[in-house]
Amino acid sequence: MKKNLNSLERCKNYRKKILHLSQKVSALHIGGSFSSVEIIDAIFNNLKKKNDKFILSKGHAGILQYVVLNDHGLISDKSLFNYCTKDGILGVHPDYGNPGIEASTGSLGHGLAIAAGLAYSDKKKDIYVLLSDGELQEGSVWEASLLISSLKINNIVIVIDNNGLQSSTWAKDTHPTLNPIQKKFSSFGWESKTCNGHKSLEIINKIKQRSKKKPFALIANTYKGYPISFMKNHPIWHYRSPTKKEYLKALKELG
Amino acid sequence: MRNQFAKSIFEISKKDKRVHVVVADISPAGKMKDFQKKFPKRFINTGVAEQSMIGMAAGLAMNKKKVFAYTISTFSLYRPFEMIRVDLCYQNLPVCVVGMGAGTIYANLGATHLTQEDISVARSIPNLNVVCPSDPYELDQAVRYFCKSSKGPMYLRIGKTGEPNYNFRETELWKFGKLRKIKKGKDLCFLSFGPIMKMVLSISRKLEAVNRSSEIYSCHTLKPFDNIRLKKIFNNFKNIVILEDHSHIGGLSSIVKQLAYENNYSGKIHSYSLKDEFLHSYSNQNDLLKKHGLDEIKIINQLKKI
Repeated sequence: MKKNLNSLERCKNYRKKILHLSQKVSALHIGGSFSSVEIIDAIFNNLKKKNDKFILSKGHAGILQYVVLNDHGLISDKSLFNYCTKDGILGVHPDYGNPGIEASTGSLGHGLAIAAGLAYSDKKKDIYVLLSDGELQEGSVWEASLLISSLKINNIVIVIDNNGLQSSTWAKDTHPTLNPIQKKFSSFGWESKTCNGHKSLEIINKIKQRSKKKPFALIANTYKGYPISFMKNHPIWHYRSPTKKEYLKALKELG
Repeated sequence: MRNQFAKSIFEISKKDKRVHVVVADISPAGKMKDFQKKFPKRFINTGVAEQSMIGMAAGLAMNKKKVFAYTISTFSLYRPFEMIRVDLCYQNLPVCVVGMGAGTIYANLGATHLTQEDISVARSIPNLNVVCPSDPYELDQAVRYFCKSSKGPMYLRIGKTGEPNYNFRETELWKFGKLRKIKKGKDLCFLSFGPIMKMVLSISRKLEAVNRSSEIYSCHTLKPFDNIRLKKIFNNFKNIVILEDHSHIGGLSSIVKQLAYENNYSGKIHSYSLKDEFLHSYSNQNDLLKKHGLDEIKIINQLKKI
């Protein structure tokens, strides 16, 4: 990890690396990865202590986690380069057993209950979980949320990448009642805050300032595809990879 | 079996601190209550939340715990199916999913509480071992095996109450993945598993009264299956009778028939399994089994003709 970089530079580099990889594969989930960059950067580079754990419950952003783990020296350049190839170990979704991967995800709504087991059996560690707002439509998320607060498993921090979009459409179109998310978690017995999910300092401060008397849920408002002009807020970028022309344009925009 | 399960867990847990029990709204009674009292942190009730029961069990197992996820079989396997497949089997974690009151045991509660296809479902998931004890002794052995040796997930399908232990002079010891001879005989060979073994013993006794001697095997481990011992049975018997409290799709009769084909078995297989139907019949288990064709008197009459 290049320690002298600030979060802005790190996040720019993470996005660039994802763009480079995008030219090798078709199934990338670039939009939902770009919306989570500042969140994962904050968790891995500012918040997570050595033995704490991180579960990417929105497993489709796997490539972003790989890029960050590569920055931390846990995933080799060779492994990253072989992403989704026959010689590689890394697929689109995180696979338990691969370096730095704490759970196999990809099917939404699994990460939180696993985190409950991890956190319950080792109270000295904090367990960070990143969920998507679309994932909140899974009943298992609310089942686990209710259980975690009821069992007073307070060493869990979840961040919801609230980019407003899911695979096919806007979350508010299928679920106009999804909002307000923060109040829902509060009423489920969690401490809950909202922040701008592209402002690293806001993410870090809100999580650091939690009381630790309850499990903590941070609703991070983001844009899918951020900050690329032609990707931002377009559902199509949930899954597709940029063409060569789009790739060059995106690189230029990142600067 | 329910009591034996609790008793075994309680005994093992005194020495093995890794053992955790996660239940979904099962009220602890008997030895399970003692377990909860003595090890309150190792007994977790997730309430009516089976998906969380399995997910949490996975998280505990990641932290090196030996976990039993325990509730009525239909709720332990079907409701959280994807969590079992992904969290436990894909990640290959040592969690024992215990399905209590399996098969047609809860007959009068209707199909919401029956598992007539659970073995078929469980056997088809990679990494998942499937163990169905025929008596409390086998259950105790299976629980001990899991705690001591199992590195991956197991589906443990158990009965409820009133199952006797089978203990003839020739009865073999339980061994994971091996058929267990319960009783020696020469004319017929019975293969079965689970609490319905009681019916097998009763049929066998009645056939003996008409000079038909039968050998009986408990096929307690349905995955991995003891193909080697079965081959020996194919060589020694011209008539094999299978009784199971499970659908004919994907259970013991499916396993044996497939292996019979692969081994060119030339004898006859008489199988009595559940029909591939929801029968909407709500009296007792015996009545329901009869409607499925598992009628003791009819089976005896048919076997007498062999």
